[in-house]
Amino acid sequence: MNRLKTLFDTKKEPILSVYFTAGYPNLDSTVDIAAELEKSGADFIEIGFPYSDPVADGPVIQESSQVALKNGMTLELLFEQLKELRKRVSIPVLLMGYFNPVLQYGVEKFCASATEAGVDGVIVPDLPMYEYEEMYCNCFDKYNLSNIFLVTPQTSEERIRKIDGLSNGFIYLLSSSATTGKNLDVSASTEEYFGRIKNMNLKNPTMIGFGISDKQTFDKASEYTRGAIVGSAFVKMLGTGDDYLGKIAAFVKSIKS
Amino acid sequence: MNYHVNEKGYYGDFGGAYIPEMLYPNVEELRSKYLEIMHEPGFQEEFQQLLKDYVGRPSPLFLAERLSERYGANIYLKREDLNHTGAHKINNTIGQILVAQRLGKKRIIAETGAGQHGVATATVCALKGLECVVYMGEIDIERQAPNVARMKMMGAKVVPATSGSKTLKDATNEAMRDWINNPVDTHYIIGSVVGPHPYPDMVARFQSIISEETRWQLKEKTGSESPDYVLACVGGGSNAAGMFYHFLDDANAKLVAVEAAGKGVDSGESAATTMLGKEGVLHGSRSILMQTADGQVIEPYSISAGLDYPGIGPQHAHLYKVKRAEYVSITDDEAMQAGRLLAQLEGIIPAIESSHALAQLEKMTFKANETVVVCLSGRGDKDLATYMKYFNL
Repeated sequence: MNRLKTLFDTKKEPILSVYFTAGYPNLDSTVDIAAELEKSGADFIEIGFPYSDPVADGPVIQESSQVALKNGMTLELLFEQLKELRKRVSIPVLLMGYFNPVLQYGVEKFCASATEAGVDGVIVPDLPMYEYEEMYCNCFDKYNLSNIFLVTPQTSEERIRKIDGLSNGFIYLLSSSATTGKNLDVSASTEEYFGRIKNMNLKNPTMIGFGISDKQTFDKASEYTRGAIVGSAFVKMLGTGDDYLGKIAAFVKSIKS
Repeated sequence: MNYHVNEKGYYGDFGGAYIPEMLYPNVEELRSKYLEIMHEPGFQEEFQQLLKDYVGRPSPLFLAERLSERYGANIYLKREDLNHTGAHKINNTIGQILVAQRLGKKRIIAETGAGQHGVATATVCALKGLECVVYMGEIDIERQAPNVARMKMMGAKVVPATSGSKTLKDATNEAMRDWINNPVDTHYIIGSVVGPHPYPDMVARFQSIISEETRWQLKEKTGSESPDYVLACVGGGSNAAGMFYHFLDDANAKLVAVEAAGKGVDSGESAATTMLGKEGVLHGSRSILMQTADGQVIEPYSISAGLDYPGIGPQHAHLYKVKRAEYVSITDDEAMQAGRLLAQLEGIIPAIESSHALAQLEKMTFKANETVVVCLSGRGDKDLATYMKYFNL
């Protein structure tokens, strides 16, 4: 049973997912952070594998990616680290990153390594629907990995329906068309957008990401969807000092109390 | 063999639109409308008129007699250096600004390395009264001050890209981020045959005027529109794409694309993408790019800022793979020597980018009376400081 599906099937309260970049702030911090997030009450986690040219990301996640690469993080090494993952973490885990490192690692090998490490799904923002369907869908299915697609306020209804058909985990709603790390701006048009998606009665659950940084924005997002994803705000916290592991519990509590 | 883009946006194995969902509506709008817009009679009329009266086209095809004598062939230079703003870049920006207007866009963004594309974009924005924001690497802003001043003079805002290596690749990333954050009113004028489909095809079509003119000019001068060799330099590859376009199906024309080897292909400081690169995805398309085993993009190097890019356009990757064009490389030193040679034999100071194409002549052997066309993509004024330093002028 896919852990993601179980989570969405059973959890009644709003779901909190937290993103962080593998290899940041320290090369070997990946699994420690994941374990601490679970202990602190995160419902699932997204581990970013760094890329030199992350066009969808704002300054905070770009910076964390650069540091991680400088620290020596690679996909090869990440999968090595993730061998420890399932000894310490039982909540769903997604990998998130750009397509080129996956392509160089080998898409099939990537899927195999991810499944072997106990990863439940993958978010690759620059792998579009057409290419996924034509070339890679079978591979993801073979290894029982969920591929998570993004939807923005500009995504047409027809396209959202198609994404819903191809998805098997959840759909990642971007709060606005923006790079990561901007603040959620709940205007009338955002509310209209969240409401519009809610009324589409999609078969997949939805989560809101981009611009979620605190309890207020998390609660707001949870009014419309199953929950929300925090990325830049958490990565920023990880960069504030050596005792970052000790601050994780308070961070999670401040959002989801 | 088909050398052009198919209906899915691919050239063989290369191309596509590897973009995050945030860019999909913008790119899809462009994809669904660009051909229709470009084929409108009103568009063509305005485009051709501006190319003639504003850019100064057709650009001359010049028989370089002393160069011909030296190499034992009839060498013609396609004088894109004589265009307004001094390079081929303006052919594309004129075309794209007219597309942007017809899409109802109010704001234009662009990336630039040496500043030539930024200047060509600022120029057309001033011409059409549209807001213009140009992203340029912080390091490039320092070393290309005159072009920064030209852009500002024409009312453009120049924004430093401070991420990554602070050069062209990062300026492109910043422009894409801007586009993500401004999804409705902004058009992104990409300066080369790179980026997600339909950019490589759209830019190649706008640049194809280079080979279109060359064919009838050759016919006029030699009686045949078909040369033996066509040479052009390749960074992202826009002047080469335009120079090759109408020769792709001409079996007699051997196409030679010249990359920048920097300090030598194996020196670790090079931009010879086909020699050093592997298949991968960068800036929205699948092509060949310089990268580590882990898929991180490698920072290229060339003395010529216009060739200092880690990838090539997807059509070039295809032409390379199916061997329709030969891809070779020229070092900094070879290019600088070729630049001075042209200045002294013909009284033309070429851009260092174009000097790479000229340097390839030195390595070729010709049969008597063979016809060779070299795309002189830009003029060397912008490179005077580099020439001065190199030759102690």
